[in-house]
This record gives sequence, C-alpha cells and structure tokens, in this order.
Amino acid sequence: MPSTAALHRLANPARLARLSGAILPWTAGATVVLLGVGLYLSLLVAPADYQQGESVRIMFVHVPAAWMALMVYALLAAASASALIWKHPLADLTGKAAAPIGAAFTLIALATGSLWGQPMWGTWWVWDARLTSVLILFFLYLGYMSLWQAIEDPQKAGRAAAMLALVGVVNLPIIKFSVDWWNTLHQPASILRADGPTIHSAFLGPLLLMALGYLAFFVTVLIIRMRRELAARRLRAWRALQATE
Amino acid sequence: MVDRSVNSFREFLAMGGYAAYVWPAFGVTAVVMIGLVVGSVRALRRDERALAALDPRRTRRMDEAASGGEP
Repeated sequence: MPSTAALHRLANPARLARLSGAILPWTAGATVVLLGVGLYLSLLVAPADYQQGESVRIMFVHVPAAWMALMVYALLAAASASALIWKHPLADLTGKAAAPIGAAFTLIALATGSLWGQPMWGTWWVWDARLTSVLILFFLYLGYMSLWQAIEDPQKAGRAAAMLALVGVVNLPIIKFSVDWWNTLHQPASILRADGPTIHSAFLGPLLLMALGYLAFFVTVLIIRMRRELAARRLRAWRALQATE
Repeated sequence: MVDRSVNSFREFLAMGGYAAYVWPAFGVTAVVMIGLVVGSVRALRRDERALAALDPRRTRRMDEAASGGEP
C-alpha cells in the first residue's frame, strides 16, 4: 500500500530527528509566547467572576490541564494500538515519550482542582465520579510508565504497556460524561458542548490561549523526549553490539 | 502615585482574599511543567553525550541500522 510506505518513510527515525529539529524552535517559541500572553490575560486582564471572585483564575491553569490529560491519553491509546497492530517501533516510542507529560497534566488538573474545590465547595477532595475517574487516569499513566520500567525486554515491556493503555481507554468517556451521568460537585462542561460554549467571552479568550500554550508545551516536550528515546535506543544497540564482540 | 501602585500591587497579590488558593495553583502548575522540561532536557543531553563519546563512525553505522538500513 503506497500510503503505508509513505507513513513508514515519515516514521523513519533519522528523518524524524531532522524534522523534529526543524520544528522544535518554533514550538518552544510558541509555548513561551502563548503562555506569556495567556498568563498576563488570566491574571491581570480577565475580570473576577461575579460568584467565584478572584478564585475563578484557577480555571485558566486547571481546565486546559484536564483537557490535555485526556488528549494525551487518547494519543497514548492510538500509539499503543498502532504499536500492537503494525508493530511500528516509533509508535512504542511515542507512547513512552508522551506518558510522563500526560501524567504531569493530570497531576496539575488534580492539584489545581483541589485548590479550587476548597474555597468553592468547602472541600479539598470528594470521591465522586469526576474526581475519582481522573485519579484513575493518573494511575493509568503511572501504571503504563512502571510497566516500561519494570520489564527488561523493551518489546515485551512495550506490549504490556500498550495493552494497559488500551484497556484504560474505557476511562475516557467515563471522565467526559461523569458530570452528566452521576451527581457531582463538579460543574458540567461549559466549552465543549453541543449547543456551544456557555462561558462568558471575557474568560473564553484567556482560557483558549492557555490551552494553546499547553498544547505547544506538549509538542515541545514530546519532541525532546522522543529524541531522547531514540538516543537511548541507539545506546542500547551499541552496547549490545559491544557485548557480543 | 507610588503609594497607589504599591497598593494596587498588594491588592493584586491578595487575589480578593483567595491568595492562598490562586497562587499555589499557579505555582504547582509552574513547578510541574518546568520540572518536566528540565528533566527531559537533562536526560536527552546525558544520552547524547554518551553517544558522542563512542566512536563516531560506529555511531553512524548504528544510525543506519536503526533506520532500517537506509543511508
């Protein structure tokens, strides 16, 4: 199939290294600019909420982190599926490089949510469907990462981690719809909903800028980590060769 | 003039009484994101240095092998 051949050419490690080297300065620059402007708007320009007061500013770091936590997991699952089905080595590597970034975003979502929950709901934590399913997402990331760590043979490790990632996909719709299916303190979606955003435009702008900044951050760190995985693989291959000589 | 800007800066820091929640939220976010970047860059540099220390010709041959024999 010509399209598969093209895909494989694109996924060639040497080509990936060249391509990523060309993109990296742009994504890094975009991250700094987007997060800089986003933080300025979030902290200084966006108004206080009429109900939540200044505490609403936590939304600008919390909501995009939660979005990214889900998006990165979806990418992890897609990479895992292609690793298992097509056995493409770069798919494995993408998942391995992405997981710690997804875990970091999940940790940010949990921590900032807790800091927002205390003044608004009167509690740091509640075992409801939304919070619990996001905590499970965090453990799925950690589980994926520890499988890579625990199993010596990279092929076996990659297969076990990919299978865990695929099983964990069930958790994604549960997180998304938890606020509709169960009673919860957490508010329902106000941006990604069928009838359009219900959030005031004064909040929407900074929120989207921060989300784009998080996305650029993700791409930047993903490239760095993928390059590192490639270097680590070369080191392993070299050492294996040395051991046989 | 100076007094007023000092006051408005104090007001900004106070976050309408929510300073104890808003600043830790932004702080935790910054620490986790910066920590991730620093850790990732350090790991990359360490492995690239280790590779560079090897015979460069050998390293190039490994490159070719890793990319499926393509030059």
